[in-house]
Amino acid sequence: MTLKQTPSQTVGPYFAYCLTAQQYHYPFSQIASDVLVNDDTRGERIRIVGRVFDGNGAPIDDAMIEIWQANAEGRFDHPNDARADRPLDPNFKGFGRFGTGTTADNSYRFETIKPGSSQEGAAPFISFVVFARGLMNHAYTRLYFADETNANNADPVLEKVPADRRDTLIAQRSETATGVEYRFDIHMQGDQETVFFDF
Amino acid sequence: MSKITPRDWASHPAYLSPEYKSSTLRGVSRNLVEIDPEMAELTGPAYGEEVLGELDNDLTRNGRVNGEPLGERIIVTGRVLDENGNPVPNTLVEVWQANAAGRYVHERDQHDAPLDPNFLGSGRCLTNDKGEYRFMTIKPGAYPWGNHPNAWRPNHIHFSLFGPTVATRLVTQMYFPGDPLLALDPIFQSVPEQSRDRLVSEFSIDVTEENYALGYVFDIVLRGVNATPMEA
Repeated sequence: MTLKQTPSQTVGPYFAYCLTAQQYHYPFSQIASDVLVNDDTRGERIRIVGRVFDGNGAPIDDAMIEIWQANAEGRFDHPNDARADRPLDPNFKGFGRFGTGTTADNSYRFETIKPGSSQEGAAPFISFVVFARGLMNHAYTRLYFADETNANNADPVLEKVPADRRDTLIAQRSETATGVEYRFDIHMQGDQETVFFDF
Repeated sequence: MSKITPRDWASHPAYLSPEYKSSTLRGVSRNLVEIDPEMAELTGPAYGEEVLGELDNDLTRNGRVNGEPLGERIIVTGRVLDENGNPVPNTLVEVWQANAAGRYVHERDQHDAPLDPNFLGSGRCLTNDKGEYRFMTIKPGAYPWGNHPNAWRPNHIHFSLFGPTVATRLVTQMYFPGDPLLALDPIFQSVPEQSRDRLVSEFSIDVTEENYALGYVFDIVLRGVNATPMEA
């Protein structure tokens, strides 16, 4: 190793007109939004909603969430995942981005599909990246699905998480008038502090 | 077999940096749970030319309404490299910043300094096959913030990069050489002392364009990733 990593810095409070410009109605485009699907995307349609809470339990209104996930077959849309037995879906890239400043309750939301299991023996999950003013390094976490009890119980990553903290990674499912919804709140600190990963 | 070098915590700021007040309620407080990177971490979104507008790498032009933006024109360029010194090609670089007066277009920025109708402060570009990126912009101004009495952010430009995978994701800030506010800024100072100079760009007369704009070089080093695809 010859070079040292460039240090991370906070995204600050004013990222919106660049990273999430259309969501916040600034005159610039954005590369990804809260909608990851189109009419032809394969898989079970789901909505993910949640809020990001600070150490006082207050919802953070200047956070940005990015999600990255496999498609319904468990394949990631990237050259490093070349598993031919798991087809790519030309209608699913698997990346979403949303800021918490435009909803009345400062929630984030994504319209996506439930991913397939991406490794044998592993539960399906969605990777989360959390950014916010005051967060010096982005934080990595994962959303697992409450209706995947058996798979979750056998999942090798969840196994590494202390048992009394695993439920911070489990999104609760509900059937709503507008479809299947999973709620996944993120707590930066406190008794319910979400498990964040390093890898 | 390691597929990716770890995040180097001797290079990055701590989550909890009490001098930067917003970190105290928002920084992760418990230990991170270490996991082995797998397909989810060794892959990531890839964006190419399809997300670039014609003027996206020229912030002096992409927000014009009725004239040129005010301020000092600058060129910001550099290479995106990994820890082995290999270029990171074709990766998206997103930048945002305040205008020359130190005011963001953002609706929540209430600093009593003028907005510039011809400057938005947002841009993006891709690195080329040598890992090089290049922006034309206006030197951002310093601005006050509420962290502590007489607190001023140094001139800076925000950078967001993906690199090859989710694991290499980086959001950072580029500063300018010789800025007296750096020694007083808790966000910059939160970075371990030995790595602070990696956030400071270098003035370059070679990048500077005669009669037009000053030039600064800011190289960015991402985590190293083994390019060999991982087998299932």
